Amino acid sequence: MTPNLTYVVVVGVLFASGVILLLERSLTRVLMGMVLLANGVNVLILAGGRYGGPPIVGTTPQDEMSDPLPQAMILTAIVITLGLTAFLLALAYRSWRLVGHDEVQDDIEDRRIIERAERDIGPGGEDTDEEPAP
Amino acid sequence: MLVLVVVHGVMAVAAPALVRWLGRPALYLVALAPLAALCWALAHTRKMNSGGAVAESYTWVPRIGLDIDLRMATLSWLMVVLVGGIGALVLVYSVRYFPPDQTGLGRYAGVFVAFAGAMFGLVVSDNLLLLYVFWELTTVFSYLLIAQDPTKRANRAAATQALLVTTLGGLAMLAGFVILGEGAGTYRFSEIAARQPDARHLTAALVLVLLGALSKSAIFPFSFWLPSAMAAPTPVSAYLHAAAMVKAGIFLIALFGPTVGGDPPWRPLLLVTGIVTMLLGGWAALRQHDIKLLLAYGTVSQLGLLTAVFGGSTANAALAGAALLLAHALFKSTLFLVVGIIDVSTGTRDMRALSGLRETTPALAAVAALAAASMAGLPPFAGFVGKEAAFAAFLHGSASDLVVLAALVIGSTLTVAYTIRFLWGAFATKPGRPPTPVRAPARDWLVGPAILAVAGLGVGAAAKPLDGVLAPYADMFPASGPAYHLAVWHGLTGPLGLSVLVLVVGAVVGPRLAADRLRLPFDGGTVYVRVMAWLDRGAVELTGATQRGSLPSYLGVILLVLVFGLGGILAGSAPWPDRGRAWDTSLQAVVGAGIVVAAVAAVRALRRLTAMILVGVSGYGVAVLFILHGAPDLALTQFLVETATIAMIVLVLRRLPAKFSERPIRTSRVGRILLGIAVGAVAAGMTFVAVGGREATPVSVAFPDLAVSFGGGKNVVNVILVDIRAWDTMGEISVLVVAATGVASLIYRRTAALRRRGGGAVTIQSPGWLRAGAGGQSVILEVVTRLVFHTIVLFSIFLLFSGHNAPGGGFAGGLVAGLALAVRYLAGGQAELAAAAPVDAGAVLGAGLFVAVGTGVLAMFAGAQVLQTAIVDVHLPVLGDIHLVTSLFFDIGVYLVIVGLMLDVLRSLGAEIDRQGLTS
Repeated sequence: MTPNLTYVVVVGVLFASGVILLLERSLTRVLMGMVLLANGVNVLILAGGRYGGPPIVGTTPQDEMSDPLPQAMILTAIVITLGLTAFLLALAYRSWRLVGHDEVQDDIEDRRIIERAERDIGPGGEDTDEEPAP
Repeated sequence: MLVLVVVHGVMAVAAPALVRWLGRPALYLVALAPLAALCWALAHTRKMNSGGAVAESYTWVPRIGLDIDLRMATLSWLMVVLVGGIGALVLVYSVRYFPPDQTGLGRYAGVFVAFAGAMFGLVVSDNLLLLYVFWELTTVFSYLLIAQDPTKRANRAAATQALLVTTLGGLAMLAGFVILGEGAGTYRFSEIAARQPDARHLTAALVLVLLGALSKSAIFPFSFWLPSAMAAPTPVSAYLHAAAMVKAGIFLIALFGPTVGGDPPWRPLLLVTGIVTMLLGGWAALRQHDIKLLLAYGTVSQLGLLTAVFGGSTANAALAGAALLLAHALFKSTLFLVVGIIDVSTGTRDMRALSGLRETTPALAAVAALAAASMAGLPPFAGFVGKEAAFAAFLHGSASDLVVLAALVIGSTLTVAYTIRFLWGAFATKPGRPPTPVRAPARDWLVGPAILAVAGLGVGAAAKPLDGVLAPYADMFPASGPAYHLAVWHGLTGPLGLSVLVLVVGAVVGPRLAADRLRLPFDGGTVYVRVMAWLDRGAVELTGATQRGSLPSYLGVILLVLVFGLGGILAGSAPWPDRGRAWDTSLQAVVGAGIVVAAVAAVRALRRLTAMILVGVSGYGVAVLFILHGAPDLALTQFLVETATIAMIVLVLRRLPAKFSERPIRTSRVGRILLGIAVGAVAAGMTFVAVGGREATPVSVAFPDLAVSFGGGKNVVNVILVDIRAWDTMGEISVLVVAATGVASLIYRRTAALRRRGGGAVTIQSPGWLRAGAGGQSVILEVVTRLVFHTIVLFSIFLLFSGHNAPGGGFAGGLVAGLALAVRYLAGGQAELAAAAPVDAGAVLGAGLFVAVGTGVLAMFAGAQVLQTAIVDVHLPVLGDIHLVTSLFFDIGVYLVIVGLMLDVLRSLGAEIDRQGLTS
């Protein structure tokens, strides 16, 4: 199959801008990066299918139809993205409610482990008797 | 035999209930299970005498050679007698050992009898894989028994140590079994033994098997776990660490001996490790002040002795080993039980604190003396008979045999010395120390130890019949010299002289040796502690080095792998197509340029709303690309989803600050942009190469015909979704249900608030149709949306039904209906939403999933494949001919899930956020 260069460019730009936003700390920006990235992936899949008329029997002759299989996959992906968007929005709102902003924080537990590693001590210390040793 | 295993299992399950019901006496009932095993074995004694075997076989997992092959020959018979008999007696003993209000007694009884069952299964397994299963079961149950009191740290640490060490050995053993079994083509041990195992890899297999056996039996260098495991309750030690579990390794050595005893690694490995263990253990026992620990080190020493004797691999040595195995189980469990009584009656096990027990508890002292006499090897006890046989077995051999004999003599001398130390420490009246206050033990408590001690005497006296029973096992080994027979009196022979020497030297030198203190230069325990500490530290360092806790840096690593991995392949070896075309229609280029501009601008936008609109524009642009490509279904769905997304984002953004917060970010802005551009370049290159690489005819060429003939629809994309790839769609709507549930649980902060998801709590008394303005919103908008709402919903249903033959379907229909609800909410707030959809969003989601799954299941019940479509043509009087395709119902499920998702989002991100904004 001959690649359609327009699609190639669109995929590249959508991926690039999506990734840049995804690497941000603001959850709203992460969300928008995700949406752009998802669109980029959809165009990528679309580019793999044949160009043609709507894949509806009776409307288009079979040898002029566009490839229906990538379309079904993209359709699934679009709707999943909707669910993901809703979830990320809820996360952003929740974060804003709890801490006053919607930025992704560094994980506190991970920080503690790094501190332990820097101080050269092992894990644990919580493993104690509930009763005094005999 | 399988019946007996099942009896143990049933008893294990019933034990907690029995204990709750009957209290401590329930243990008498529980003891019936091991007792049954003992009686069953004794009933077969005659058969054993003649060298016969009892065998059963049931198919279990034939594909991997794992079948329930059970077989009892002489060696197994001996082990069953020990496991069953001592198990029953220890359970009887436990009735008095534990106080009446002991917590966890039911659990103890259950695990104990389960252990006995696993042990029974282990010794009668004839299938190596089955043996491994029982082997690990004993490990797990022993873990639970050692940690009988999980609130004590020492118990937990000891249990974990025993578990880790024996499991590690067990895994090595499994590998050895697999090598043996695959080499022989069967896992049935009796068959492997009969046809002399394949010589290839035999050495490796045997070393692996021995690793398992030695670790289980606490042989050097694995000895350290056994003394630590003394944290267990004493009955557990008496059973596991004297009679049963530690004998499993010895049993395995004894089982393999006749078959592989002549192979290179077997004899030297066992002799060396056995002797080292025997001497180290005996020496360590002399340095203990805790009488239980003394016994534990004594056990280590005796296990070393057994290993060395079985390692001798001659008929006489095997006979001696079997007799010693029996003798050791009898006297060592007796002594452990005695220690348990002393511990409970006086509150201490320290020999420096104990004094005068010989006078205050004479019966106990007598029982202990009987067992100790057997341990030291006094005639006519079982210990004496066994030790004589061992001396005799190595007396007339090569030079190496004589070295072994010398070691056995030294080891036995140490045994005499620590036996004296034990008796003196536990019962003697120490000078200058008043008698230890002691609660006289109940008479029936002594029954168990007394029976075992007397059995030790009886076995010695009945050496001749015992010889008859054990001979068939010993005869499996090659003979070396004249056959030896067990007896108390052989006349004035070399072994007798050695026995006298051992007793005299031990009695004279023993007390002096005890005063000496010598630390071992090397101890497996410290290695274990070091290795564990190193593992813990390593885990912290590794986690600290890789888990930096920052999401952007994690993503960055993943993306860098993508760039360098995939990008490397693209740059290196990928087959780049030599031509491309700019576009299919020039309109694509125009739309593409629009998408590019909007996406780049979205990255640069500083205000949330601006960024959102720009992302939306690029999304609509993609929808136009879909139309141009010939994908009307996609375009329809994309338009609807973009609109719904914008609606959702607006709902949340009204609460968030208008501008993005600009905090300094670890990763520099330039770095992020460079990474983004690199990923974009790789993705573009991948698109180019992948599309150019498509040469084969697509699988979907046949889909249009299939869609009509099997799916009953003309819209191929829709038929793919609801029929050809319906499983995908099923998974997808499940994900949507989960996402919607996640949204609701993030927004509603309390479970009680989740009821508002139903919308009922905010219902305001209806002001009447078309009378609007209650909430202060635009009256015109509110009225107009009410007027068009039903039309839009009707249209959504039309899309749903027509989707099979024209663009549309469940997804598009559901999105249209959801947008209708969104418009109602935007125009009139939560009251309007509640009036428009007076149902629980969760119920709609659930109903949708139920309908979709139900369609699939119904097809299965109708004898077809899950989710297979049936086409039904019926004629109805008024409506005319109806062409009904069952996948329509699946699509209805999809429709309901989408509506549910939208309703859930509106309730959560809309109405609930409104409410929280009002109250906070």
